[in-house]
Amino acid sequence: MPVNRRQILKLAAAAGATAALPGPGGAEAALARPSKDARAVLVDIANCVGCRSCEMACSEANRLPEPESDVNFETPRATGPDRFTVVNRATAKSAGGDERFAKTQCMHCVEPACASGCVVRALEKRADGPVVYHADRCLGCRYCMVACPFGVPKYEYTKLAPIVRKCTFCAERQAEGKPPACADACPNGALTFGKRAELIEEAKKRIYGTPGKYVSEIYGELEAGGTSWLYISDVPLQTLGLPPGVSKTSYPEMADRALSAVPFVITLWPPLLMGLWAMNKRKEEVAAAGKAGEGRHE
Amino acid sequence: MSEQAIARQMNGSWVRDKIFLGLTPAEYLKSLVTPANAVIAVILAAGIPCLVLRFAKGLGAVSNLSQTWPWGLWVAFDVISGVALAAGGYTVACAVYIFGQKTFRPVLRPAILTGFLGYVFVLFGLIVDLGQPWRLPYQFFLTPGTTAVMYEVGWCVFLYLIVLGLEFAPAALEWLGLAKLRRLLEMMSIGIIVLGVTLSTLHQSSLGAFFLMTPEKVHPFWYSPFLPIFFFISSISAGIGMVIVESSLSHRAFHDRLDPKAPVDMTAITLGLAKAGALVLFAYFFIRLQGLAGSGRWDLLLTGWGAWYGVEMLGFILLPSFLFLVSVRRESVKLARFAGALTVLGVLLNRFNVSLFAYNWTLPKRYVPAAAEILISLTIVTLGVVVFRWIVNRMPVLAEHPDYRGSHE
Repeated sequence: MPVNRRQILKLAAAAGATAALPGPGGAEAALARPSKDARAVLVDIANCVGCRSCEMACSEANRLPEPESDVNFETPRATGPDRFTVVNRATAKSAGGDERFAKTQCMHCVEPACASGCVVRALEKRADGPVVYHADRCLGCRYCMVACPFGVPKYEYTKLAPIVRKCTFCAERQAEGKPPACADACPNGALTFGKRAELIEEAKKRIYGTPGKYVSEIYGELEAGGTSWLYISDVPLQTLGLPPGVSKTSYPEMADRALSAVPFVITLWPPLLMGLWAMNKRKEEVAAAGKAGEGRHE
Repeated sequence: MSEQAIARQMNGSWVRDKIFLGLTPAEYLKSLVTPANAVIAVILAAGIPCLVLRFAKGLGAVSNLSQTWPWGLWVAFDVISGVALAAGGYTVACAVYIFGQKTFRPVLRPAILTGFLGYVFVLFGLIVDLGQPWRLPYQFFLTPGTTAVMYEVGWCVFLYLIVLGLEFAPAALEWLGLAKLRRLLEMMSIGIIVLGVTLSTLHQSSLGAFFLMTPEKVHPFWYSPFLPIFFFISSISAGIGMVIVESSLSHRAFHDRLDPKAPVDMTAITLGLAKAGALVLFAYFFIRLQGLAGSGRWDLLLTGWGAWYGVEMLGFILLPSFLFLVSVRRESVKLARFAGALTVLGVLLNRFNVSLFAYNWTLPKRYVPAAAEILISLTIVTLGVVVFRWIVNRMPVLAEHPDYRGSHE
């Protein structure tokens, strides 16, 4: 079994060198293992007509400026500090010749790179699904933006006390038992809110229940080790504007491998270096004594 | 004369001796009018307004940082390269104390001072780059993110800054004439050195670990699961290169600070460092090649990226390794210095490649630093040089203090 971070911290604490560090409770808080009931959204591209009701609802729920009204879908738009979700047109059309659209937002990874890499736990993965952001902790290193494979976190470069902005999965609404605003507003059944495990079943049911309609892949089932936003589509997934080449393994694990060496360096380096020092010192002493001895013989 | 007046007069001569280099304030100010200081003044006159603008108007007002390029010149140069270039301190400390290579003793203090100031100005650069730098302490006390690579780096850099301060403290204490305190520090020295080498091993490598989570953003030639090892090994070569370059520069610039009664054998030191440099770079070259083998992307060698990779691997790793070797065989200090400069540039190039040039390599839009970003980085380096010069001119750095000659272990 690979050494996990909790064990590493325990080892490190045992080494004494990090005795002053706070306990591993923080690690649990930043990266809660999702519960079986963790929430997710299934996006069915075949049902999306590009009405952008989700954008409108998102702006309202998050008190953001109203989204622009004259969108011609010619150039893809990106999310920003004041725009947590955008709908873009897919580059492929359906078999029936209809245009296809895809909504993008924070994917709320099961094991988010951003939260695992955040040095102040400003980003936090909650067991029920959302990756939430605590603006009052953030020091603005922007490593979350570097680490996020989906390019989601956005920064307020123009402000004097800037913070990171991104989709919250409407964590507050969810706490009240309501679905995220976007899923609530979708008039065409393109967004289904529910438990992640059940939505994966639902996605498979749709894919295999209507042979030939869907691409037989669920984007988000494995991407980045699994995400809370899942996409199924009747046009190739790579035409939807979702980032290509996202690894299908957990991102935090990639850094864990290196961090697992830390306790060994902490425990092995000092005795090794002290040993070398003692050996070289001894060698010098012997050499000096040898010289003195020679002097006596003469 | 009253006791107070005597004290005041003594105080006056203390300031004159220690701060004004034995000159009167007027003479001292006059001595500052030099061509070098004119250059420094120009840089600061351009850079300080940019710094003010950064904190008065925000990051967006002075930088080209963007939503797709959250890390720019300040992180790539001031922080990531800065830490690597400050590696001379731990490299030479390890050679002198742990491996008993006493030949390098004369360059230990300048190397530690360069390292200490390097880290101070890394912190300075970080404060410029962070959106809300006043929250830096949160990671230690309030909301530590124990799973983050940056958490480890933060602790290591914070502790190592203290270690470097302690390693340099004897020079400052000799300058101030505090012999007892100095003796106390000398007694702890091996412990401090071991702590310094351990902390450096950890954070020099962890700077590479920042990019472990970006396998698809960093070009396969520069991304590797072994990035922490690459960063650690190359920090040793950076330390060796920096000590060669920096000692040659400061022995020229501060030759009046050298002790004519105790001449330093710079040839032996430089060639000794060159020998180590040849070995480390040679090993580093093959370790990097293993990274390429691991990715298996040999096909990309025929692209423009392949040529750029070749420039770094052959021109800035294998070539300086070879030149170091030749310099040792021919006992050519000049060649060793050239190879040293090439090594330093090579490590800079590598850090820039990983964090800027080969980052977001699939995006057509590139980040180019704004003029103000460059000026701020230049200002930080210049301030580092000014403080280095101020200290070298006053404290026993390049030559031993006459009262403590030969007392170093």
